Amino acid sequence: MSSQQPQSGNPPQGGRYGTTGFVPPKEAMDYNCADCGATNEIKSREPIRCRECGHRIMYKKRTKRMVQFEAR
Amino acid sequence: MAQVYDPRRLVGIRAERVTDVSSRDFPGHYPGEDHSWNLEKFRENLTVKIRRVSDRSIDFDLVGVDASIANAFRRIIIAEVPTICIENVYVYNNTSVVADEILAQRIGLIPLNVDPKTMDMRVDDESTDRNTIVFTLKLECTRKKDAPKDSTVPSELYNDHELLSGHLEWQPAGEQAEVFSKNPPAPTNPNIVLAKLRPGQGVEITLHAVKGVGKDHAKFSPVATASYRLLPHIVIKKPIPPHLAEKFQKCFSPGVIHIDPRTKVVTVDEENKRKDTVSREVLRHPEFEGYVELSRVRDYFLFNIESESAYPPQRLFQEAIAVMRGKLANIRRAAEALLDQPADGDVVMADP
Repeated sequence: MSSQQPQSGNPPQGGRYGTTGFVPPKEAMDYNCADCGATNEIKSREPIRCRECGHRIMYKKRTKRMVQFEAR
Repeated sequence: MAQVYDPRRLVGIRAERVTDVSSRDFPGHYPGEDHSWNLEKFRENLTVKIRRVSDRSIDFDLVGVDASIANAFRRIIIAEVPTICIENVYVYNNTSVVADEILAQRIGLIPLNVDPKTMDMRVDDESTDRNTIVFTLKLECTRKKDAPKDSTVPSELYNDHELLSGHLEWQPAGEQAEVFSKNPPAPTNPNIVLAKLRPGQGVEITLHAVKGVGKDHAKFSPVATASYRLLPHIVIKKPIPPHLAEKFQKCFSPGVIHIDPRTKVVTVDEENKRKDTVSREVLRHPEFEGYVELSRVRDYFLFNIESESAYPPQRLFQEAIAVMRGKLANIRRAAEALLDQPADGDVVMADP
């Protein structure tokens, strides 16, 4: 089983640890609309609704952090 | 002329069993004969003959060794001859449909063209330019602007719609640029599909390749196949009746049995008898009972090795011998260390 250990091991070439880190509240996050695929900025406590099509299902974007795997 | 083998060298093959599987040429089995191991005698009997070489595989005959030795070399080729493979995968971005873990595992299986002689084993996860090769893999699929409207073919619609092993890019570190200048590290095959992409999907990955052996993980195994068979041996005891000649021939693999076109005399083709699969079909027919005897030569190994790594196929057996010699040197050193120990305080295993 490949182990997912973003925090261990020596990062290759400087690494990009903590560049995004954890986001403090009240800041806008990008989400993808499940229906039309448009990128939406949604702040906390805002209604979850696509600005383009009105769809109410959103996907969070993938982490920008490096994830380490063993090729096994 | 049919070749004659010492009957002691033959493994008998009957309709429902095999006989004389084990060799008995050890001291004390045959009264009055000296079968103690003798280098001169071994050297006289040992033969290695290459039958066919291509850039991916080799067929050769190894004659005059015990099955244990032939099997040891086969197992060493599969599990203990080192190769270079991608071991660590650092994923910065992967929006393809293939999950990170699956993609990492697929990338690990790519055979690389790096000669393992040029690298050291990595110990304690300490990466240096002597034991680690760095690759990057970065690709983003985009839509083609001038794609034909009614097309459904991905190659016409998109750019970079397949992530291939050829997209691996080597990043020289330290003295590597000089060491690998003649043969830059790359996959042996640039056309292996790792993932399929669609517009908006992409990957960005850094990879570390290290040296390893097949017993650790099968991706490090340098071969697709490393196997041997024993040479089939067919003896025709009495002439086959001419009206049965064709039927007799069909009981064996093509080319094994020769029928003289004029006299209908049936003979075994000595050069081609190795092609026989020893299906024992001939033993099923009552009309051939007593006409033929099937066997295999116990110390005649027909090796087939298919390299799937940086090694040319003819080098693999030599590498296996080198690994074996390393093991023997270790055992020798351990045995000599035992001799050097003081006698007192040691455990005596034998009865007093």
